[in-house]
Amino acid sequence: MATSAALERAPRKPMSAQLKAGLLITSVIVLLGLLAPWISPHPWDTISIKTRFLPPSTTYWLGTDDFGRDVFSRLLMGTRLSLAMGISATLISLAIGVPIGLAAGYFRGRTDELLMRSADVLMAVPPIMLGLLVLAVTPPAIWKTAVAVGLVYVPPIARVTRSVTLSIVTEDFVQAARARAEGPAWILFREILPNAWPALIVEASLRVTYAILLGSALSFLGLGAQPPSSDWGLMIAEARAFIDTAPWIALSPGIAMCLLVVGINLIGDGARERLDPRLKTRTAKG
Amino acid sequence: MARYILRRLLSVALVLVAVSILVFAVTSILPANVAYLILGQFADPAQVKVLEAKLGLNDPIWQQYLRWAWAIVQGNLGESMLMNRPIAPLLFEAISRSLVLASVSFVLIAVIGIGLGVAAALRHGRPLDHGVSVGTYLGIAVPEFFWAIVVILIFASWLGWLPSSGYEPLATGFWIWLQHLIAPTITLVFAHLAHVSRLTRSSMIEVLQSPYVTAARAKGLPERIVVMRHALRNALLPTITVLALDFGRLMGGIVVIETVFAYPGLGRLIVFSIQNRDLPTLQASILVVAAIYAIANLLADLAYAWLNPRIRYDRSIA
Repeated sequence: MATSAALERAPRKPMSAQLKAGLLITSVIVLLGLLAPWISPHPWDTISIKTRFLPPSTTYWLGTDDFGRDVFSRLLMGTRLSLAMGISATLISLAIGVPIGLAAGYFRGRTDELLMRSADVLMAVPPIMLGLLVLAVTPPAIWKTAVAVGLVYVPPIARVTRSVTLSIVTEDFVQAARARAEGPAWILFREILPNAWPALIVEASLRVTYAILLGSALSFLGLGAQPPSSDWGLMIAEARAFIDTAPWIALSPGIAMCLLVVGINLIGDGARERLDPRLKTRTAKG
Repeated sequence: MARYILRRLLSVALVLVAVSILVFAVTSILPANVAYLILGQFADPAQVKVLEAKLGLNDPIWQQYLRWAWAIVQGNLGESMLMNRPIAPLLFEAISRSLVLASVSFVLIAVIGIGLGVAAALRHGRPLDHGVSVGTYLGIAVPEFFWAIVVILIFASWLGWLPSSGYEPLATGFWIWLQHLIAPTITLVFAHLAHVSRLTRSSMIEVLQSPYVTAARAKGLPERIVVMRHALRNALLPTITVLALDFGRLMGGIVVIETVFAYPGLGRLIVFSIQNRDLPTLQASILVVAAIYAIANLLADLAYAWLNPRIRYDRSIA
């Protein structure tokens, strides 16, 4: 059962405008981030007193900051941090949340009860506070922020995986595997998981944007990336003091983040419509 | 209904006990030694030993937890390590300010969000609908702290209508108090509007196409009554659940917003206690947030059950 039932059901149809736009925006940003060290017009971290607070111009496309550093170059380098934050945190949530959700949905009973009640407890605290709690105990560093954000989003991933698992468990091929006396590990990871992927990937792509936003908020509060890093959240935090005189320093990373999040959301929504026919008809109606 | 409420209250209590264990466990693995924190980095080791014994830091961790939890049950939240003041009054002052901010924003989010959602559903597919969609999409695509800065830029720097940050007690005057409340409220409302309006829109569109709405129209009822009385009541059911979740998100959003606007509420207290390693204050604050969150969810469940009698009370708990 390597190919998924949901994918087979989706015929090859043209991509929606939404999906196309999302893919375009996101791939341009990812590309810019990947190529950042080679295409940056200026070094991102060289301090120069003479060029402080220059407004956007042909030399400095988005102006310079309080240390005279080129905002556009910093923005490009920051793209990598935001993408790394979103992807690594989501991978952490998936790595922990998916097995938990599979186990809860497959074994049911006490295992399910115990795992899902624990998830309830974690979800009883707003995500940012959970992140703050985890980060309060160690000196800040960006990888710790990524781990914290990843941990915060384990319960929702586990819940989605569980509900997908519950609907797959009843299918014939799972019964067949049981009849063949396959072990639970085989059934969970070779039979159920491949069929759960489409739903999980959509969920994960939306989680990436949550992770980017939460990570930047933690950096903004000083519990993530540390200076002189060009993390977007940190850039905005540092530019706050100059909002009157040099608004471009704060506005650039904010708009960049907006584009990235909208791009990923468009992909997620577009992919969801493609993969979930029930939802598609509903949105077609409304 | 009474049994249902009782069971939900019990589960809220259980969740809070679990959260308290979580909070205590996480803050207990803090590498910093509390005794050194109080006495300073270069304290006399002998003094540190005495203080450790006095604070009971050498007891097993579960004993420390039980002592802490028992004190909280008795209403003693402990003392702030940094400010040498009992936490309770500090915390309640902060909460009361945060709750003002959160509830004003919450009411506005509910009213504007539902209003925009209904308006978009009624003009489904027309420019107003698309405008609302794009606007709310932007609202969630950008972190709150960025909107906060945009609001400061527009209303404080360019227009000069509002103070850029700070807080004035109500006693100084209603206008000054209100002025300091407006900017953070605008930010919170804009950042949290999307979920409510999008959900109201889609469920309203679905309900408007259902047979009973057609029947009501066929009876010759005025459109206003069909929309307000018949359609809206059912369309709001999913919105109510999301509103409760949004209240939780608001409590989270407040952490950032209060920091940006230097608004001395719960969120700032939490950030302050983290920055200064004030553990007792942090523990108590997070516990209180969890309690507020749990109560908001409980109220949402009750409102849902009240509006929709079809719900099986005994099953909804599982």
